[in-house]
Amino acid sequence: MRFAIDTYQLIPSPLLKTRPETKTISQIDSLPHIPLQPSFSFNHELQRYLSGKQLLLEELPFPLKEIQEHYQNGYLIYRKALIQNGRQKECLRCGTKDHRWFSTFPCARCGENCVYCRQCLMMGRVSSCTPLISWVGPLPEIEGSVKDQELLQWTGTLSAGQQHASNAVVHATRQQTELLVWAVCGAGKTEVLFKGIEQALHQGGRVCIATPRTDVVLELTPRIKAVFPDIEVASLYGGSEDRHKYSRLTIATTHQLLRFYQAFDTVIVDEVDAFPYSVDSTLQFAVQQARKTGSTMIYLTATPSSTWQRECRQGKREFVTIPARYHRKPLPVPKFVWCGNWGKKLANKALPDNFVHWVKKRIEKNKQALIFAPKIASMELILPLLRNYHPNIEAVHAEDPHRKEKVNSMRNKEILILLTTTILERGVTFPNIDVAVLGAEDSIFTESALVQIAGRAGRSAQFPNGEVTFFHYGKTEAMVLAQKQIVSMNKEGYKKGLLDE
Amino acid sequence: MKLFSDEYCLICHGIRTPVISWTSLLLGTEEQLVCEECQNKFKSLSGERCGICSRVLEVDYRKEELCYDCIRWGQDSTWSGTLTQNKSLYEYNDFLKEVIAKYKYRGDYTLVRAFTSRIKEELTSLSFDALTPIPLSQERLYERGFNQAEALITEAGFRPTHLLTRIHTEKQSKKSRSDRIHLPQVFQVDGESAFSLEEKTILLVDDIYTTGSTLRHAAKVLLEHGAKSVSSFTLAR
Repeated sequence: MRFAIDTYQLIPSPLLKTRPETKTISQIDSLPHIPLQPSFSFNHELQRYLSGKQLLLEELPFPLKEIQEHYQNGYLIYRKALIQNGRQKECLRCGTKDHRWFSTFPCARCGENCVYCRQCLMMGRVSSCTPLISWVGPLPEIEGSVKDQELLQWTGTLSAGQQHASNAVVHATRQQTELLVWAVCGAGKTEVLFKGIEQALHQGGRVCIATPRTDVVLELTPRIKAVFPDIEVASLYGGSEDRHKYSRLTIATTHQLLRFYQAFDTVIVDEVDAFPYSVDSTLQFAVQQARKTGSTMIYLTATPSSTWQRECRQGKREFVTIPARYHRKPLPVPKFVWCGNWGKKLANKALPDNFVHWVKKRIEKNKQALIFAPKIASMELILPLLRNYHPNIEAVHAEDPHRKEKVNSMRNKEILILLTTTILERGVTFPNIDVAVLGAEDSIFTESALVQIAGRAGRSAQFPNGEVTFFHYGKTEAMVLAQKQIVSMNKEGYKKGLLDE
Repeated sequence: MKLFSDEYCLICHGIRTPVISWTSLLLGTEEQLVCEECQNKFKSLSGERCGICSRVLEVDYRKEELCYDCIRWGQDSTWSGTLTQNKSLYEYNDFLKEVIAKYKYRGDYTLVRAFTSRIKEELTSLSFDALTPIPLSQERLYERGFNQAEALITEAGFRPTHLLTRIHTEKQSKKSRSDRIHLPQVFQVDGESAFSLEEKTILLVDDIYTTGSTLRHAAKVLLEHGAKSVSSFTLAR
C-alpha cells in the first residue's frame, strides 16, 4: 500500500480523493506522531483486538476508514514492517537480517519492486510497503477483580527444592527482573511457576507462558486452567481459536508471539534450550518484542546452553537450581561404552557385540527401553537387525505418520523397545525404562540433548532407577560435559539435603 | 577454508551442497536452486496422455486418445473445440499442491524460480502470437499482490499480452466441477488492449488445470472476438 504524507499524518492511498505524491511506508523517513485525542470515542472491539499486538491490515476485520480514524486520533500507529539500509534488509516483525530470507516481487499494492520476508511468511506476508498496526490508546479493562483474592487453587505440596525455586520466582516477579530456573529433568518445574503467576496477576499485569513446541502448549493449558479456575486463559498455537482473546493469562508457542507487541508484564519461557528457540534467533526476537519494557522474564530449562552456564557461574545471570527430582532419588548417571566403528558394522548388517548384549539383557528381563540413534537412515538399518532378537521392537522419527500411536503403545507397554531419533529426547515420560544411545559421538547429540536423553530414565517415584548407556566410537566433549552436569547436580542435591541417602 | 558458501534450497530451506565438477568449475552451470530431494518430488507428466488436456490416461477413464472429461466437453455444443490443446509440466501431486499454495496464497513469489527453466524450455517449443495470463480481478490482485500466472511468463523471460479482464467472484478453488462448468462468464476482452485478435493463435497461461473450466471460459471469449485458435499451458495438471 502507498501513503500520502500530510504534515501531520499519513493517508492510505485507497482513501485519497485527490492524487498527491505517495510513498511506501518504508520510504518515509520519519513517521509523524499524532497525540491522543481523549474526546474521540473509539471502537472498544478494535481496542480489544489490537491491544498488545502488531497486525497486518488483512488481519483486522475493520474497514480501512475506521482504522484510519483511530490513527488520526492517536489511538493506533502504522509502523514500518521491513526496512532497508543500503544492502542490509531487516524484517521488523521477526527480526530477520540474513539476506537469504529476503526476496522481491513486482507488487500490485504499491506498484514497485517490493522486498518481502520469507522467514515469517506463514504469518502473512510482510513487505516494504506493508504497515504493521499497533494500538497506542488506553488498554482494555479485563473483567473480574484479581486484587486481594486467592487465585491459585492448588492443593499439592512443593518439594524443598521446588519451594526454594518458587520463592525465587515470586521474588523476581515482585522486583520485575530476570531469572533462570535451572531444574533437572523430572524436578516438576511447572508447579514452581504457580505462585509467581499468581503474584504477577495480583500486580494486575498480563502474563505469558511461551514455549517453542505446540505439544507443550496443549499439555500446559488444561493444567494451568485447572489451578487458576477464575482466570481466562488464551491458548495460542498455529490454527488456535483463541487468537483474538485479550486475557490476563496467555499460553503461546514462541512463534505466535510474532503477532504481539509490548503486551506482557511477565513472560515465562519454558524449555529455553529446546529447538527451535535456541537456534532460531527470530523467536528470541519475538519474545523481546512481546514483552513490555521493564517486565519480568522467567526462563525455565533443564539444560541451559554453555554460554548461560558460564554466565551463571560468573554471577552475571540470576538463577536458581532445582538439582533433584521430586522423588528424592539421584539422576541416573550415563555410562560410556566404546563400541567400535558401529557405522561400518551396520553397513555389513551387523551390530556391535556389547550393544547386542545390552539389548538382549533388556529382552530377558522384559524391561522397556528407549534407544536413540543419530539419523533416520541408521535407525532403519538397526531396526531389522534388532528384530532378530525380539519381534516387538519399533522405530519412530519426526516425520513418522504413526508417531503418536507408537508413543502411546510404548506408554501402554505394548512395545518393548522403541528406537528413536532425538525427537523423543524431551517431553515424553515412560515410567520404567532403560536408555541407550548408539553412536553418542554424533554431533547431533549435544550436551543438552544428552542430558535430556539421560533424563528419560528413572522418572517415576515407583521406579526411580534406570540405566543410561552411551555406546560410542570415541568420547566427545558433549558426552563428558553432559555426564559432568548430571554428576554435579546430584552432588548439589545431596549437599542441599534434597536427595535421600 | 570453505571454498563455496552454503546454498539453501529455495523450497525446503535446507542446506544444499553444490555439486562441483570440472565442467561446472570451468564452464559454469545453470544455477541450481532446489535440492535434489525436493526436485525429485516433482513428477513430470509422462506416459500416454489425453490428446487435448495432457491428463495421464487411465484404462477405464478414456476413449481412444481422449479422457472422459474432454469427451464430455466435446459433446457440449457450447464448449466443443474451444480449447485446442493444453500442455502441462507436472502432476498436481501433494507436494506441488503445497508449493503452489505457498506461492500464490501465502505470496512467496520467488518460488516461481523453481520452475522457470522448465517453463522457458516448454514455451520456446510452442508457437503462438500472444502469451496471455489468466487475469485476476482487481480485488484479488490487490489481495495477493501479484498474478501468479503472469509471473510464470515474466520470470521465464517472456512478455505477457494482457487481453482479458475478470469480474470479481468467489474463489474458484471452493467450487465443485459442476459449479465451475455452469459458471457465468467471468472474463471480458480488455477494451484497453491495442492487440488485434483477428486470426491470432493465443496461448493462455495459468498455474493449474483442474477441470479446464477457467481456461475454456477464457478461450471462448477470445474466439468470440476473432482469435483463430486458443491453446493453454499450465504448471500443474
